[in-house]
Amino acid sequence: MININFLNPSKNNLRLNLIIGLSLVFLSLFDVFLYSFFDINIVSFLPYFISFSLPLILGMFGLSIIRISYSGIKKLDSLNKNINTNNFNAALTLLIIFSIIKILPPVMSWMIFDANISGDTKDACTGSGACWTYIKIWFKRFMYGMYPNEHIWRVNLAFIFLVVLAFVGFITPQKYKKYLSLYYIIIYPIIAYILIYYLISGGSLGLEWVETGAWGGLSLTFIVSFFSLIFCFPLGMALALGRRTDLPIIKYVSVGFIEFWRGVPLITVLFMSSVMFPMFLPQDFFMDKLVRVIIAISLFEAAYVAEVIRGGLQALPRGQYDASKSLGMGYWKMHIFVILPQALKLVIPGIANTFLALVKDTPLIFVVGLLEIIGMLQMAKTNPKWLGFAMEGYVFSAIVFFIICYAMSKYSYNLELKYKTDR
Amino acid sequence: MPESIIQIKNVNKWFGDFQVLKDINLDVKPKEKIVVCGPSGSGKSTLIRCINRLEEHQKGSIVVDGTELSEDTKNIEAIRAEVGMVFQQFNLFPHLSILDNCTLAPIWVKKMPKQKAEELAMKQLNQVQIGDQAQKFPGQLSGGQQQRCAIARALCMEPKIMLFDEPTSALDPEMIKEVLDAMVNLAKAGMTMIVVTHEMGFAKEVADEVIFMDEGMIVEKAETKDFFANPKSDRTKLFLSQIL
Repeated sequence: MININFLNPSKNNLRLNLIIGLSLVFLSLFDVFLYSFFDINIVSFLPYFISFSLPLILGMFGLSIIRISYSGIKKLDSLNKNINTNNFNAALTLLIIFSIIKILPPVMSWMIFDANISGDTKDACTGSGACWTYIKIWFKRFMYGMYPNEHIWRVNLAFIFLVVLAFVGFITPQKYKKYLSLYYIIIYPIIAYILIYYLISGGSLGLEWVETGAWGGLSLTFIVSFFSLIFCFPLGMALALGRRTDLPIIKYVSVGFIEFWRGVPLITVLFMSSVMFPMFLPQDFFMDKLVRVIIAISLFEAAYVAEVIRGGLQALPRGQYDASKSLGMGYWKMHIFVILPQALKLVIPGIANTFLALVKDTPLIFVVGLLEIIGMLQMAKTNPKWLGFAMEGYVFSAIVFFIICYAMSKYSYNLELKYKTDR
Repeated sequence: MPESIIQIKNVNKWFGDFQVLKDINLDVKPKEKIVVCGPSGSGKSTLIRCINRLEEHQKGSIVVDGTELSEDTKNIEAIRAEVGMVFQQFNLFPHLSILDNCTLAPIWVKKMPKQKAEELAMKQLNQVQIGDQAQKFPGQLSGGQQQRCAIARALCMEPKIMLFDEPTSALDPEMIKEVLDAMVNLAKAGMTMIVVTHEMGFAKEVADEVIFMDEGMIVEKAETKDFFANPKSDRTKLFLSQIL
């Protein structure tokens, strides 16, 4: 005699409950799937409202039947614990899954099934989906801007060198590990500068000079972000310390600097760097637009980095200062060996936040006529031969930025784990 | 009679309008052990924090090992290197291993070669019986072990004077003993010590002199036996009756 109490599922009828519950859930998902992918409604004979909400009703009933605590089946228990704790959570879970099933087909068909990538002109795009031909044709421009095609190898070579040199840290023998921070903080940026100056900019060593106005696309995004990050971090650190010293002049200069740069919009700063700043310079003094932009962004972001680091400094207990002082350490030793390592560790998430914002702010350099990837996109979408493909361009750049930013965020998370020594 | 290693003369200190130290006079001779007790807020912590200038005094003079404490940073750092301090909250550096906690200051302040510093650190850690924990981080140790590490860390600077600021107040009762044992051993080895504590058993065992402070003043200062046997002031009697 089988006696099932559906309202109060228990361990006794585990097997039967599972079979009925899971098949109900699968049925509900299947119904949504069929409707979403093939436009078939298997329950169209029912009144509209019921057929519309049937999957939810079935799914919730199925999930409530299998909501058995301590069933002894690991997967079921974790399912019940995480997404099926009560009817409300079950409904939320189902609705989220339904939405994903519903959204997937149109997105997939736009991006893949109905999309075109063949051909060289706009006319090749005949399908109703995305026209990746546009991205394909403009790809070089999105990556290298207006950099002359026959010299693009120089950009590639420089970046290959930079990436290889960035991985030096992983292969250095233990003996030289202590010089690594010196390498990354001082030597690597200098090498990067030399590479970019001689290889990408050219003008000597038999390489043709390419003016910075022609640089662009993703490579310019990288160059601007890279140097801004490198400069703004130490400057921000100095400002954070400066704001906390007892020396009045240093303190008020730091406060003034931070408040000034935090108070003005980046776009204004960039505009001033390019239009007003040269007016204050001597007649024959020339500073490249790109250099001015990098300096402007660095100063701007340094103010933010400073405040983030100051937050970390304030989070440290006073005892750490007392202990290092009582051991005879002076200001610099105390900060270098005790205070900053701890404070910086605390603010890794905040610093990562600021750096991600910096990378995503780089498109603003269009105001001074430098076109990185978004800038190139704006230009490409107004090209008369390629009107009407803004969407593809933005999707493409969104994916590119997501990859960069997600990698950075992953890296910062790894750093957090690596330096997690306490607790 | 040996020269005093610490001379405190008419020291006054204010926090804002509030006077925490009132005309403090104290002489400490080498190898002398002094216990400072008193109710909370009586200024005893402030007094020993003044000795290595974690706090500044506003009036009077403090001379440590022949050097007067003044605004001169070089002097202060030199004195701090000679005066070890142990805190109530241990204040170990959580981002460094136990061994690195002990070697950091000898290497960077005293310019000791790394190998020698590590040998010294291991010796001190073994002395307080946590040599086997050297590679761990402070967060992985119990309170008593952390405090013993803090003592070892201070000793690695080979100080002439050790200051203890309520070293056992933040510990569980069962861990107090292991820390006190380490301090007793240190006292027997002949270290000059000033200890702020409420552990009267410890005071009876090692102290040469006990000082009772209240409201920023030294109320009573006597040899240990006299202090416990026949306290002079009523305030001291009241305090002792409550604590013993």
